[in-house]
Amino acid sequence: MVLQPSVTNCLRLSCVLRTPKAGFRSTARGALIIQSVSNDVYQNLAVEDWIHDHMDLEKRQVLFLWRNSPAVVIGRHQNPWQECNLRLLRQKNIKLARRRSGGGTVYHDLGNINLTFFTTRKKYERMENLKLVVKALKALRPQLDIHVTDRYDILLDRHYKISGTAAKLGGKSAYHHCTLLCNADKFVLSSVLKSPYKGLKSNATPSVPASVKNLFDEDPSLTSEMLLDAIAKEYATQHQIDHHITLINPADETLLPGINNKTKELQTWEWVYGKTPKFSVSTCLNMAYKDSVLDVKVNMDVKHGRIEVCNIDLPEQWLPPALYSKLVKSLTGSKFCPNETTTLATTLLRVCPQDDELHSRWNLLCENMIMLM
Amino acid sequence: VRIHRVRSCSSIRVIKSKYVCVFDKSALKFSHQQRLFRTSAVSCGQIVQFKLSDIGEGITEVTVKEWYIKEGDSVSQFDSICEVQSDKASVTITSRYDGVIRKLHYSIDDIAFVGKPLVDIEIDASKGVASEEDVVETPPMSHEEHTHQEIKGHKTLATPAVRRLAMENNIKLSEVVGTGKDNRILKEDILNYLAKQTGAILPPSPKAEIVPPLPKSETVPAAPKDKARKIPVPASRPIVFSGKDKTEPVTGFQKAMVKTMSAALKIPHFGYCDEIDLTQLVQLREELKPLAEIRGVKLSFMPFFMKAASLGLLQYPILNASLDENCQNVTYKASHNIGVAMDTEQGLIVPNVKNVQVCSVFDIAAELNRLQSLGSAGQLGTSDLTGGTFTLSNIGTIGGTYAKPVILPPEVAIGALGKIQV
Repeated sequence: MVLQPSVTNCLRLSCVLRTPKAGFRSTARGALIIQSVSNDVYQNLAVEDWIHDHMDLEKRQVLFLWRNSPAVVIGRHQNPWQECNLRLLRQKNIKLARRRSGGGTVYHDLGNINLTFFTTRKKYERMENLKLVVKALKALRPQLDIHVTDRYDILLDRHYKISGTAAKLGGKSAYHHCTLLCNADKFVLSSVLKSPYKGLKSNATPSVPASVKNLFDEDPSLTSEMLLDAIAKEYATQHQIDHHITLINPADETLLPGINNKTKELQTWEWVYGKTPKFSVSTCLNMAYKDSVLDVKVNMDVKHGRIEVCNIDLPEQWLPPALYSKLVKSLTGSKFCPNETTTLATTLLRVCPQDDELHSRWNLLCENMIMLM
Repeated sequence: VRIHRVRSCSSIRVIKSKYVCVFDKSALKFSHQQRLFRTSAVSCGQIVQFKLSDIGEGITEVTVKEWYIKEGDSVSQFDSICEVQSDKASVTITSRYDGVIRKLHYSIDDIAFVGKPLVDIEIDASKGVASEEDVVETPPMSHEEHTHQEIKGHKTLATPAVRRLAMENNIKLSEVVGTGKDNRILKEDILNYLAKQTGAILPPSPKAEIVPPLPKSETVPAAPKDKARKIPVPASRPIVFSGKDKTEPVTGFQKAMVKTMSAALKIPHFGYCDEIDLTQLVQLREELKPLAEIRGVKLSFMPFFMKAASLGLLQYPILNASLDENCQNVTYKASHNIGVAMDTEQGLIVPNVKNVQVCSVFDIAAELNRLQSLGSAGQLGTSDLTGGTFTLSNIGTIGGTYAKPVILPPEVAIGALGKIQV
């Protein structure tokens, strides 16, 4: 769906809040439906942060509708190495984002719609929100076999997950957001959500894998736009407001003061990777060198995304001890990141003895280490 | 008044009291053996157990996922204390008190219970405390006029520290626009207000957001510029700057660069500069650019310089050599693997194009494109970054005219190119 951010539609949120619309009551029944014109996952997550921090939800609840170009979104307390194939993400230029709510990992693309229900903490009620979604879908297509589970998933045909839920509570406000699979690329979804990294041990929240299906698979006449519209309509009915969707531009600093800082923060390495709970890597590298294969045991502790402890069990004298120690000392404290390790290792090589054999061993070891990241 | 009598005998019990004890001088009259303790009316250092409040949906337990503070830290009201998780919901617990954290009741990954103590906070009882129900702060006990700030049923939120700052500067909180959470007035808001009054330019505080009034409820007071009143601020008052130094360890790639650069500067450098007329090169590139584009290659000036350098190295192979550690042997490298300095987010990276001596300008351009896109994506491989024999650094791309380049070991020469100008 191509959204033209027309000026007439992008109202100042303050204007929207101050001028009552026809049929709108200024008591607790007030609500607002907004939709993002951006498909950037970081910008859209920043909008959620902004609303959570700055809007008074006592007077008015908010429904926020958004879609993203391909991205993997992990929960607040998850480990991206455990949850997805980071190598594949980098290759395919799929973004990785960490959201502020809890829960598991999801894949977003334009065939998936995101709904965020903003309320005060007192009015936080996930089941009600999901029932609203189901009601909207059933109104659109009565023959759909969909229901909400007690894990706050929405299942199609009793078996296939079409929606996952997560929530964030803080201060006086709360939000509950969920996905809805309309026409997402299931092939990419299943390949990026499979982690190739072995030997990881951590207390990070694990995701619960599920079989998924698109609503489109069940009924090819459905589009994302139709679903967004149906849900907005049901929300409007239940909150007794006009079925009017306000478009907002998440890059608009005048409309949302401070939003660009929030967007930047969500993109920092410190947030996306650095917030990973402490974990350890215990694995074996199988390095093919000349005519043999070396088994090299590696043990690392990673805290705040940085290597705290690093042990590589190399055959004696395979690398001169001084060089091995130099490598390990450099890795300690550095980011558990392939690019950081590549640049670190290649830079160090400049001050090592210029020996071809030595260089090829060093490069081989580093390339294998990088595969773990 | 509580009086504890202590017998002075071999086993003196130490009374552990949370209250500061005031020694009553009059008691000395009675006996050296007796000591009278009296609790003072204003108690400080009171330890309060901050309990985990209700999460909603009938949840009784959560997992502690992250502490934002540690024992001994000072906290203000509304500061984040920790992050807990329950069934896909992540909850930020914020402090209801100003004080010092004295005890954390849980470690990371422990299960915490709703209604049970989460942290112990030592509060200064003369400051206000938020009620259980709301997080709106009640005014502190002191009876000064400025600290009672209520505007017709709309309570202004501000910590005692902020109220004090406002009071010191004779500012009415009702005239300041709050930019913090729930329209809370922050220190930065007071400073901004002051700046507007005095015309002073404040150094930017790290957390300051110069923002227009935020959209909130309809009862938000009018912006300060509507008020004609000016509050006199003495010019001699020092302006409070809340910035702090930040120390971080040097790690990873940066640490490796320190080693390399230190080794590089041990090499005795000889520099030579000249200006070259590139009129013909500019024309040539203009002609060739569209041809390259058709074949999907972006043609800059660099491939020309690299090819020229390689031709030069054929004439002077000593510049494409390497010295061993003790400068006892020179190795003349057969391949001209010419490195190109690239500035990335991490720092200075030098990938190289292999065997320039057998490449055409077009080949070099294509390879350079590949390295540049990998470089900006942070995906250069070890073979791209090793094996260089000579380097070119183009300072002209960031607008520099002259540069003093540093030789990258194990190479023995480096060329720096400035901006092409008329």
